Amino acid sequence: MNTIPEQNFLTAEKGLKSWLTTLDHKRIGILYLISITFFFFVGGLFALMIRLELMFPQDEFFIKLDDFNQVFTLHGVIMIFLVIIPSVPAVLGNFVLPLQLGAKDVAFPRLNLASWYLYMFGASFALFSIFTGGVDTGWTFYAPYSTTIDRSVISMTMAVFIIGFSSIFTGLNFIVTIHKLRAPGMTWFRMPLFAWSIYATGILQVVATPVIGITVVLLVLERLLGIGIFDPTMGGDPVLFQHFFWFYSHPAVYIMILPGMGIISETITAMAHKNIFGYKAIAYSSLGIAFTSFLVWGHHMFVSGQSEFAAMVFSFLTFFVAIPSAIKVFNWIATLYKGSISLDTPMLYTFSFLILFTIGGLTGLFLGTLSVNVTLSDTYFVVAHFHYVMMGGSIIAFLAGLHYWWPKIWGRMYNEKLAKIACGMVFVGFNVTFISQFLLGLKGMPRRYATFTSEFAQLNGFSSWGAFLLGAGLLLTAIYLIHAVYKGKPAGNNPWGALTLEWTTSSPPPHNNFEKSPTAHYGPYDFDKIVVESTLDD
Amino acid sequence: MEASYSDRPKHLAHHFAESKQQYDSAKLGMWLFLLTEVLLFGGLFLAYSVFRAWYPETFVNANKELNVILGGLNTIVLITSSVTMALAIRSIQLDRKEATLKYLFVTLLFAFTFLVIKYFEYSHKFHEGQLPGKFYTFEGIDGTNPHIFFSVYFMMTGLHGLHILGGIGVITWMMIRVRKNEFSSQYYTPLELTGLYWHLVDMIWIYLFPMLYLIR
Amino acid sequence: MQSIDTTGTFLLPPQGSTMAADVDALFYFIYYVSVFFFALIVGLIILFTIKYKRRGKPGLTSGPTHSRPLEIIWTVIPTILVLIMFGWGFKDFIRLQVMPHESYEINVTARQWQWDIIYAEGVTSVNELVVPVGRPVKLLMSSRDVIHSFYIPSFRVKMDVLPNRYTNLWFEATRVGEFPLTCSEYCGQQHSLMRGTVRVLTEEDFETWISENANLLENLVTLEEGGELIYNKFLCYSCHSVDGTAGNGPTWRGLFGTMERLEDGSEVLVDENYIRESILNPKSKIVAGYQPIMSTYQGTLKPEYIDAIIAYIKSLSN
Repeated sequence: MNTIPEQNFLTAEKGLKSWLTTLDHKRIGILYLISITFFFFVGGLFALMIRLELMFPQDEFFIKLDDFNQVFTLHGVIMIFLVIIPSVPAVLGNFVLPLQLGAKDVAFPRLNLASWYLYMFGASFALFSIFTGGVDTGWTFYAPYSTTIDRSVISMTMAVFIIGFSSIFTGLNFIVTIHKLRAPGMTWFRMPLFAWSIYATGILQVVATPVIGITVVLLVLERLLGIGIFDPTMGGDPVLFQHFFWFYSHPAVYIMILPGMGIISETITAMAHKNIFGYKAIAYSSLGIAFTSFLVWGHHMFVSGQSEFAAMVFSFLTFFVAIPSAIKVFNWIATLYKGSISLDTPMLYTFSFLILFTIGGLTGLFLGTLSVNVTLSDTYFVVAHFHYVMMGGSIIAFLAGLHYWWPKIWGRMYNEKLAKIACGMVFVGFNVTFISQFLLGLKGMPRRYATFTSEFAQLNGFSSWGAFLLGAGLLLTAIYLIHAVYKGKPAGNNPWGALTLEWTTSSPPPHNNFEKSPTAHYGPYDFDKIVVESTLDD
Repeated sequence: MEASYSDRPKHLAHHFAESKQQYDSAKLGMWLFLLTEVLLFGGLFLAYSVFRAWYPETFVNANKELNVILGGLNTIVLITSSVTMALAIRSIQLDRKEATLKYLFVTLLFAFTFLVIKYFEYSHKFHEGQLPGKFYTFEGIDGTNPHIFFSVYFMMTGLHGLHILGGIGVITWMMIRVRKNEFSSQYYTPLELTGLYWHLVDMIWIYLFPMLYLIR
Repeated sequence: MQSIDTTGTFLLPPQGSTMAADVDALFYFIYYVSVFFFALIVGLIILFTIKYKRRGKPGLTSGPTHSRPLEIIWTVIPTILVLIMFGWGFKDFIRLQVMPHESYEINVTARQWQWDIIYAEGVTSVNELVVPVGRPVKLLMSSRDVIHSFYIPSFRVKMDVLPNRYTNLWFEATRVGEFPLTCSEYCGQQHSLMRGTVRVLTEEDFETWISENANLLENLVTLEEGGELIYNKFLCYSCHSVDGTAGNGPTWRGLFGTMERLEDGSEVLVDENYIRESILNPKSKIVAGYQPIMSTYQGTLKPEYIDAIIAYIKSLSN
């Protein structure tokens, strides 16, 4: 029988204050987990409000046009800036990365805590904005609409600014941690691929995020002082705003997906007990994606009036960001070959990821192609595409990671049967929701529509039912995961028989991560050399 | 074997194995932070380039309104302050606490001098109505949309000025820590990071000065 | 009158322009490539899962960890495929972007939340783009306020409409019929209602339509009647009611002759000149409690249309 060790990071100190002043990366990860989960459900609630309004073709069936526009804006802003961007790095990166490297903490624990406070401070601006007029610009804040509309755009964009710095400091912290705090024996190419992906993400966070910072500062100054940079009536250029915005927001897409890809490399090897196929190809393709992602922002603007030459260059480069992603998928599939495949929940989510991310990636080909993009951009096809990548990719990978590391974080297992049911609900619900939206987009329904004509009624109805199923699946997930924290069966140090360093310490880990500083004697996925028994008794 | 906690130096945080590791980490972190600063300003540099390309005539005529002498003076002030900052770090490496304090104080004085000169420049512009965006009332510049030039000018120098203010705060804090004997030739990382930051602020001005004041 | 054409395939809307078939051909190329790779990936996942499912306690596994030939193949083949997509897409994109020389030009002015379609012959229509079949049509587009995007799904064309510069778009309709037209860049409250119809007519019908619409007021008896027609035709009702209910702008019922309090606290008498000014320069005097969202109708409404509107507003106060 497994037991929970008496001395662990959860029991090291007691009381709310000990949590709010903690410098322990594991506890900070949990602080993020709680706050991000809260905002995930807020954002999800807004999503369901959108789907409820669009369930029937009647105008203003459930909420007024104005309210609908605010609801989809809040859904976008919350999900992107408050949930997906921080989700994997700030929660799992914080908890797992130092453990995987064999370090005692991240390089700058105080900065780490400060990042969480910045995040909460920024989030409070977002909430303040909701209660003081709201925002109805869409998460993209396009000028000149955002610079002229009489709403609380300023506090919402300040939220983005502040959370941006939280993201920068997190990325910076992780880069330095990876450079300087690896355990003896942990060479660059013995590093788990999750760490590689966090490293590539860190580069993006550090380099891209300041640009959104200065962009929203300009937007705020435009509103406050009328500086005229984006205002067409004063000689400014609204399209310049789009360039600024996407220079950050395209790399941001990779800030969101790269860590997810890292998780998949961990789960697929551990659950298939198989050494990864093409370790270096996966590691380098993370860096390749990070680099190329800076060069493709213009593909969001093919019909914005930029020059044909720019469009050509951006389209060309866009296809080259597709190749490393494709390579990764092929490598993961090849990893399964001759493995010993377990179908526990983390693997089910991994398969969900592979299928959904593949659809997301392939539909990106349509959007990267210039002539096809002209008709599909700004339609529901785009909405469906980025939900396949952001939700089907990032969030599903996050769920895979949560199910994989949950026993490490809390020392306890969740109910496998419920987990499998919920995973099925999420998978089916997700596909019903968004396949319908692909078809809507192909038929020409533009995005951000509060009402629609009768020809789109049937597909919108499907999409809404799918969304409710998806919502129910996620709610069920939250319930059994929380239940597991208190009542789950003790999982032991290594329930999956995995080889990365975090599984060598106790579950939950002690305050200083390891009783004795570890040394990496073998590679992270050497399942062809070593067998470690699962500590989970059947 | 790790050193036991009792014989670890006081400044060494628990999760580092040795001082060098901590020092290298702090320095790498600082460089990354400076990189984000460069990109933060990079957005404004881009705005400058775009509008310069759009309204070349305006930019040429508008920058004649800037005072090259005051701008040049400020450049000298900042470069000299970088030297005194470097000397402060050199002094702490030699364990000369008093010299360190002295050089930091001089750096601080230069920083204030910079702001005072900037204040005179700004108040002249305010007086003339050479203000950003919709507050612009000056009528002596040929070219379309001259207010855009002053929007760019005030944003760039303003953001830079905020960084000077931040620097003043940090240098003051460093002086307090030096006085409390927190630094020695064994450990002076925060002071060195402050120096890096101050050199960056200096560097940015070295780009701003020709872009705004000199290029015709 | 025909109704909206809702034919088309399972995936795509009907093809109404010369470009549609070409764009669709590339669409289906990418579609079948995608279906192939999707089937391959899902097929392999299922195959491997069945074949290598864990039974009992796992031992050492011995599959390959790399294979140079395989990795080259799965890098090179996708690269070739995406290069085909890129080149093909670029070729058609250039055709979409380069305006044919001898095309029929129409001005399109976007505003929150309608399309003003202005023809050289002095015809203006709102939210209804009427074009001749079989003749290249070029749209010269600009916006009065924020960014909009002009989108005709059946023609496979879309272009953003900007406030500070002109953008162009062209198409050649291949068959007579009606097709939906929408705004696809979010532009505020009634973005989703900013939709209209493209009516493709034969060359003769088109000429007739132009001459019939050259002066809307021609066959009307009173000026008020004309005003009502303009009120409906130019969608004034989307913001101004005539029955006293509230909207985005003040109601016209009982408006004429009253004193309106403005944003800055001053008052203004609603007379002919004030109404004219509010139509041509709407942002100059904003009534307290309203947003400055209306943009000028200069160039959209002919002077005689404005006269008619004034007469109509007057009649609503009697």
